[in-house]
Amino acid sequence: MARIFDRRWLPLLGPLLLLAFWQLMISAHWVKAVLLPPPGETLTHMASVFANGDIFPDLWATLYRTLCSFGIAVAIGVPLGVVLGSAEGAYRSVEFLIDFFRSTPSSALIPLFLLIFGITDVNKIAIASFGAALIVLFNSAYGVMNAKKTRVMAAQIMGVSKWHVFKDVLLMESLAQTFVGLRSAVSMALVIVIVAEMFIGSETGLGHRIIDAQQVFNVKEMYTSILVTGALGYLLNLGFLLTEKKLIHWSGKA
Amino acid sequence: MSGPMPTAVLPPAEPGTLLNLPAAPKTHVTVRGLTKSFSGTPLYSNFNLDLPRGEIVSIFGPNGCGKSTLMNMIAGLVPLDAGEILFDGKDLKDTQIGYVFQNYRDALFPWITAWDNIAYPLKRKGLKPAEVKARVDELVQLFEIRFDLKRYPYELSGGQMQTVCIMRSLATRPEVLFLDEPFSALDFEMTLFIRAKLQEAQLATGTTMVIVSHDLEDAVFLADHILLLTRRPTRIAEIVPFEMPRPRAPEAVADPEFVRVKAHTLEVFRREMNA
Repeated sequence: MARIFDRRWLPLLGPLLLLAFWQLMISAHWVKAVLLPPPGETLTHMASVFANGDIFPDLWATLYRTLCSFGIAVAIGVPLGVVLGSAEGAYRSVEFLIDFFRSTPSSALIPLFLLIFGITDVNKIAIASFGAALIVLFNSAYGVMNAKKTRVMAAQIMGVSKWHVFKDVLLMESLAQTFVGLRSAVSMALVIVIVAEMFIGSETGLGHRIIDAQQVFNVKEMYTSILVTGALGYLLNLGFLLTEKKLIHWSGKA
Repeated sequence: MSGPMPTAVLPPAEPGTLLNLPAAPKTHVTVRGLTKSFSGTPLYSNFNLDLPRGEIVSIFGPNGCGKSTLMNMIAGLVPLDAGEILFDGKDLKDTQIGYVFQNYRDALFPWITAWDNIAYPLKRKGLKPAEVKARVDELVQLFEIRFDLKRYPYELSGGQMQTVCIMRSLATRPEVLFLDEPFSALDFEMTLFIRAKLQEAQLATGTTMVIVSHDLEDAVFLADHILLLTRRPTRIAEIVPFEMPRPRAPEAVADPEFVRVKAHTLEVFRREMNA
């Protein structure tokens, strides 16, 4: 019994139950087959779009846009956040703006960005980096502001220069929180890129693929693209989580 | 400053300034005219104190009398409203000090190993890697470290972390070492260990030490002098000398002299508590 019920297999239970429920909904005729294809067929279709390479241009386009947006967000958000965080007065004076735009769904700004950038790839990347940068900035700033006072004092008492207190203590202290920001930011970038691909005239991308399939009622294709998008988001998050565990080894322990 | 100065150049006589209140012999740290208030309530006003060189002074007093505040003002962590604090006649900025915090977990840098924590102040002083290593090895020997210093602080026990904190604070050979309730988060076994190590380090280096403690036994055990403070506005209630020879073994707490000094200290403390 113990050997069959190995705890390591527990994480597989949820997905298997979902697939079983999915099949049950179809077998029991709870939903029409035109709205929901059977899981087996959907997974077979997914395998075929990977096998014939049909999905790759869209997958790369979305990944490229997401990573570009994320890169820009980090390049702007981290330095700005660290600077604002180390001058608390400066942060307080822009706190409202940051919180306001952080709370505004970035998708609400798509029409505004359309006016500025037009229907281009730049537009999608611009709006996604805007949304992601605010998250990065906010987390980096709080990482610095919430640095343990005792650690800062310990370094000051050693007679270490201001620059080294900043570099060796404040910056290191902020890393754990910064990584939390990076992880949320990459998810946010993906969300906005997908939305932008759906609604800002686009020829490529998983968002474009999902809406196209829906328009022509190709539900197998639609579910496949949704699942691939989900997997992409999951893997990005997982990648950051693993990097964080390796790099910020003290996170949550000190 | 040898010989009497002509009276004409002396500033108007204020009570308790460095000029008209000379330091006691063998003094290391002089505190003169220290004034500090918190939100309008005076905590210290015109407070004077001499800390003797190469000895351990414990600060003890009723709750809220500002034991830690006094030590932190001397260590430069809390600004003074008025007054002057000199180390051998020097300012704090020209003086190397060490500080051991109550919360060792928050004081160590978790992103580097215990060894690198001890080495950090030395590296930042610009010492060469070989010199850094030699100094850390010296401390490892002095403290007879048997745990792995290549581990990260969060992988160590509380007592090991506090030991690392003390080693780090001693690395730069400070003139004065401040300890803020260093035992309050430790179990009894580690308290005994650190007490012993602090005494050994003090004997080996002759560092002047100031300890704030809320535990009377800890305060008396390590001290050459117990500085007893009054309720606020804080004054010196009494400075109790305790001249038991070192190193003091844990059994010293049963020694009649220890018991006598502790009882006397307790009596002064209770008098001040009820004052």
